[in-house]
Amino acid sequence: MKYLCLVYLESGKLHAVPDGECMACGDGLRKSGKLLAAEPLYPVETATTVRVRNGAVSVTDGPFAETKEQLAGFYLIDARDLNEAIQVASKIPPAREGSIEVRPVRELNP
Amino acid sequence: MVAVAATESVFETVNAVYVSESRRVLATLIRLLGDFDTAEEALHDAFRAALEQWPRDGVPSNPRSWLVSAGRFKAIDGLRRRARFDPLDEAGAAADIAVEPDLWTGDESVEDDRLRLIFTCCHPALAPDAQVALTLREVCGLRTEEIGQAFLTPAPTLAQRIVRAKAKIRDAKIPYQIPSREELPARLDAVLRVVYLVFNEGYAASSGATVTRHDLSGEAIRLGRLVVDLLPEPEAIGLLALMLLHDSRRAARTSPAGDVILLDDQDRSLWNRQQIAEGARLVRQALSTSGFGAYAIQAAIAAVHAEARDGAATDWREIVGLYDVLLRLNPSPVVELNRAVAIAMRDGPEAGLALVDAILARGDLGDYRLAHAARAELCRRLGRTADARASFERALTLTKQEPERRFLERRLAGLSK
Repeated sequence: MKYLCLVYLESGKLHAVPDGECMACGDGLRKSGKLLAAEPLYPVETATTVRVRNGAVSVTDGPFAETKEQLAGFYLIDARDLNEAIQVASKIPPAREGSIEVRPVRELNP
Repeated sequence: MVAVAATESVFETVNAVYVSESRRVLATLIRLLGDFDTAEEALHDAFRAALEQWPRDGVPSNPRSWLVSAGRFKAIDGLRRRARFDPLDEAGAAADIAVEPDLWTGDESVEDDRLRLIFTCCHPALAPDAQVALTLREVCGLRTEEIGQAFLTPAPTLAQRIVRAKAKIRDAKIPYQIPSREELPARLDAVLRVVYLVFNEGYAASSGATVTRHDLSGEAIRLGRLVVDLLPEPEAIGLLALMLLHDSRRAARTSPAGDVILLDDQDRSLWNRQQIAEGARLVRQALSTSGFGAYAIQAAIAAVHAEARDGAATDWREIVGLYDVLLRLNPSPVVELNRAVAIAMRDGPEAGLALVDAILARGDLGDYRLAHAARAELCRRLGRTADARASFERALTLTKQEPERRFLERRLAGLSK
């Protein structure tokens, strides 16, 4: 089962965790075979939200919602079940500064 | 198979087996079939098959394994038929259930399945109100309407909560597992929190016309016993003791008119001595191990009250000491408030009032009705009538419970002018 771990941080804490620590976390997960992809993101000011309504593309500046915490990065992981995914997410360093949203990845049904 | 019995009494047997075994059978079927809804459907099919076959063939020697086999067979048969788009095959549907070897219905694995079910229903990834609803539905076997009545929540709201929780279990893949040794303390905590929430909803309903809703307290005690049977951890034992000791006073807590009676004014002959003895024995058992926590200490406090001959004979020194331990284990303003009241009983109202005022001055319990009610009582005992009146009035604006409102109004009216 694949899980997407979304890392949320307040803007003031985007650099609270040293990059080196996050790289070490990614390396460890990659070695264990659980990491599929992980990337940090630029701050929320660079976000664009794309919507299509009645066939028309609408592009708006900013993230989908105004919240105190913003999406700061993600880890796409492969875990046996939600318990293992929670275990992995709890070891992602920014878990302590912000929050990690764990979302099961859905299979597309053509 | 035992000899063919009269149909009437076989129906009674099926009913009795449903009451005693349906939750166990369900817990095992969820493991075998991997899905709550499929397992529930299989459970019903299994009992329907029992109603057809047992009157004819007799009651099987091991009804539980028979039901698990039947449920599993019906579910797999149903899946196959759906996969082939076959119309319902009457001959197939009526095929007799062959009991499979008891490979997965040994006592130990059945008890493990019950634990798996409890831990899954109380998984922290589910919303707290969904944990409660799911536990009462799946573990206790309450109907959605019954849960709705007990929680004063419309049945459709509850049904939706349960549907969502099951969808999350399936889609996010919450495993049907007993937590590992290192996860166990936190996960057991979550289970005990659900049990205690159910108990408190029954014991001190937060809103509504009556003070206690007995069914929920009884259900929580049964659930607590089940957890202790399956997993005799000190805090599980502590919680069972706490619930038994609180519940032992149920008959004395309210007047026939439904009014609140304070501990000191209760008729102690109405206390359930059997529950007190069991609770006190469990407290000692929990405290004699190293892993006890806040539940066991709260139970110990309840035991000191329960074992006092009358209000005056209560050992307040012991109770204050236990609150000191509780405050270390579980620091919270509510525990501090209770400790302040115990100090007032040991050292006099002045000492207690100083502590209550300090807590309120910090702003921690400003909206907590019992903090204001406690302050009012202490002021009353000190003859500070105006202060007592103001605090009773503040408590009144914060209470949502009818009997408590009447109680506070009586106290207010009783203040000397």
